[in-house]
Amino acid sequence: MALSHKVTEHDVWEALAEIPDPEIPDISLVDLGVIKGVDVDGERVRVDFTPTFMGCPALEHMRRAIEEKVEQLGGEPEVRVLLDDSWSTDDISHEGREKLRAAGFAPPAPRQAGKLELVQLQGAAFRCPYCGSTATRLENLFGPTPCRSIRYCDACRQPFEQFKTI
Amino acid sequence: MSERTEFILAMADDELILGWRNSEWTGIAPFLEEDVAFSSIAQNEIGHARALYELAAAELGTTADALAFDRRPEEYRCAPLVELRRLEWARTIARHWLYETADEIRLAALKASDDPELAGIAAKMDREEAYHRMHAEMWIDRLLATDEGRTRLNEAVDELWGPALGVLDDELRPELRRRAEERLGRPLPDVDPVPRGAHEAALAELWEEMTMVRRSAPAGSQW
Repeated sequence: MALSHKVTEHDVWEALAEIPDPEIPDISLVDLGVIKGVDVDGERVRVDFTPTFMGCPALEHMRRAIEEKVEQLGGEPEVRVLLDDSWSTDDISHEGREKLRAAGFAPPAPRQAGKLELVQLQGAAFRCPYCGSTATRLENLFGPTPCRSIRYCDACRQPFEQFKTI
Repeated sequence: MSERTEFILAMADDELILGWRNSEWTGIAPFLEEDVAFSSIAQNEIGHARALYELAAAELGTTADALAFDRRPEEYRCAPLVELRRLEWARTIARHWLYETADEIRLAALKASDDPELAGIAAKMDREEAYHRMHAEMWIDRLLATDEGRTRLNEAVDELWGPALGVLDDELRPELRRRAEERLGRPLPDVDPVPRGAHEAALAELWEEMTMVRRSAPAGSQW
């Protein structure tokens, strides 16, 4: 395929921003902060990517989606899956957090220094994404996917999904 | 096989087999929240196993799936603690809590190690394991709050104490004892650790079930 122009890192980032998270399609992989780096060397495009949770069943799906986007730009993809400490929920962009909230998922609380304690999660500092009340309580540390807990809002009487802080 | 690879495989086997055991609660836990919790914990553990198997597979020139499913039961290096089939709630919680406490000690040692690859994976695992520990601790609080719960938990911990010590290497065992005794407010029995490799009969049964589909499919099948 003849290239109309050379692939740039900017093109790659823009293309990756169109890949939805397979389980929360309202937010993209770039919003989630899981694309850790893009490196373009001629036609070769290396993308460093890390899963939010290691047991993510969509890992191969996302790897394939990244490769396809790079191929559509005319690049030769090389996707590296990083399994290290380089991602936390603090890396979700401000825009990403707003998209989560609009989709009915309470965005993760910021990480705090020191150990995450159950008592913090049982506290009332978590806002309902539907009505905005903080009269919410922890129902279950675990939820429908590894990244979410279940909380209940006493004000609007709705259960909701809280993105875990990790 | 290098000592490092043996260590990685042992940890991967722990996570895979415990993940399998935890998944046995899917659909039949005492209530819905625990169905979800144990299923989610199982998914995390199996994800950790996959990452560790991939690390070992790269060194051994094989694949994660081959390591997880193509070995004979006697080749697994998991601790007997994770092999036990414990469909009784106090024992399930005791095993869960003892394993997560031991795992926290092991992960802390790995995070501080000078092996960047292992330290990185351990740190990523630990972020997820924090939720498993909170879940286990919440149940310990709940069981300790009543006479019946305390009695049943203590019986279960005594029964599982030797296998629990077997999860860790010699030098990390005193820390497990210290934490467990402090939490339960009593001394724990002076027993020998049940070492890795001393497989329980329950592992063979689990292995039959876990590898059945893979063994029945023709080599090279695509899923």
